[in-house]
Amino acid sequence: MQKVTLSFFLLFSFFALLNCNQKPYAHGKIMYENFCVNCHMEDGSGLIGNIPPLAGADYLTKHADQLACVIRYGLEGEITVNGKKYSAPMAGVPQLTDVEIANIINYINHEWGNDNGYTTITQVKNQLKNCQ
Amino acid sequence: MKNIINWGTLLCFLLLAACQSGPTNLPILGNKDEVDGKTVYHEIPDFAFINQDSAAVTNATFAGKAYISDHFFISCPTICPKLSKSMLRIHDRFEKDEELLLLSHSIDTKYDTIPRLKKYANSLGVTSDKWHFVTGDKQEIFDIAEDYFNIAMDDNDAPGGYNHSGRLILVDENRRIRAFCDGTDPKAVDKFMDDIDLLLKEMRTPKT
Ligand code: HEC
Repeated sequence: MQKVTLSFFLLFSFFALLNCNQKPYAHGKIMYENFCVNCHMEDGSGLIGNIPPLAGADYLTKHADQLACVIRYGLEGEITVNGKKYSAPMAGVPQLTDVEIANIINYINHEWGNDNGYTTITQVKNQLKNCQ
Repeated sequence: MKNIINWGTLLCFLLLAACQSGPTNLPILGNKDEVDGKTVYHEIPDFAFINQDSAAVTNATFAGKAYISDHFFISCPTICPKLSKSMLRIHDRFEKDEELLLLSHSIDTKYDTIPRLKKYANSLGVTSDKWHFVTGDKQEIFDIAEDYFNIAMDDNDAPGGYNHSGRLILVDENRRIRAFCDGTDPKAVDKFMDDIDLLLKEMRTPKT
């Protein structure tokens, strides 16, 4: 009996390790490539003077509680990212589900050297209830 | 035995060198015609547009120069930011090469007014010494897109209301198209910049 438990444990650790080597936000990456990459670019650098970067962007931490709203409803008016001003409007992507939005947020918060912590689906749902 | 190895090494080396030399001249692209026994190549026709500084931009603007052409519009939500980014990469890499200019045609002639084009150019940090953003008669801009192997048309189903393809086109000093690439693909743009290098080299080689 113990042998069986042990082999299960070994098997489990094996798969857990396998998973380690994969990019953890694969679904968010696909969503990003479908809905965001045209503007914010593969490397998250945006377009100088027009589209703000996501790579290394202070906006992501300063406005962490608004990211879900930005993605669903878009953003208008002047904003400042890393000390530079941007004013072109961004259209929202209303067809994304709450889960898809959470996955995108976690992807952009962990890609390009970003390390901004994990956002839960509950946080996203709460944010979306309070969008202005 | 040693001799064989040496010859082998030499042969490998020669083969490698041959591989690397690649083509020295770019082809002339587009349909060719035979007129009175002479080959006539596809050429960019006469045009007259207005740039971000309200200056006229015509074929004469590019006399003796090569240029890169694209079609875009400022509020375009799909491929244009990538096109502009690629154009900007080319701008930066060839900034000092006076024989190369850039020409971006706005296909949204209603919204992309001269002041808006000016603001857009400023935001990218570029000027009309190097990079012209032009507007003009809408049909003329749509028509000339075809001469640049591009597509531009009204399309209410497309995001932003226009349908267009994201090609970057390299035109030589004789109005002929020498290379093009998908401006939304950074790797294709890398290769395209090598093509630009080839053309500049060709232009700098004294004609015999
Ligand atoms: C059509 C171009 C476009 C698309 C597509 C787009 N954005 Fe944006 N984004 C912008 C612009 C322009 C701004 C600046 C808005 C402003 O100044 O008010 C912006 C701002 C942002 C910001 C806040 C500023 C920053 O850089 O941190 C975030 C976060 C963001 N976008 C994320 C996304 C995500 C995630 C997607 C995909 C779901 C996306 N965007 C799709 C153009 C776009």
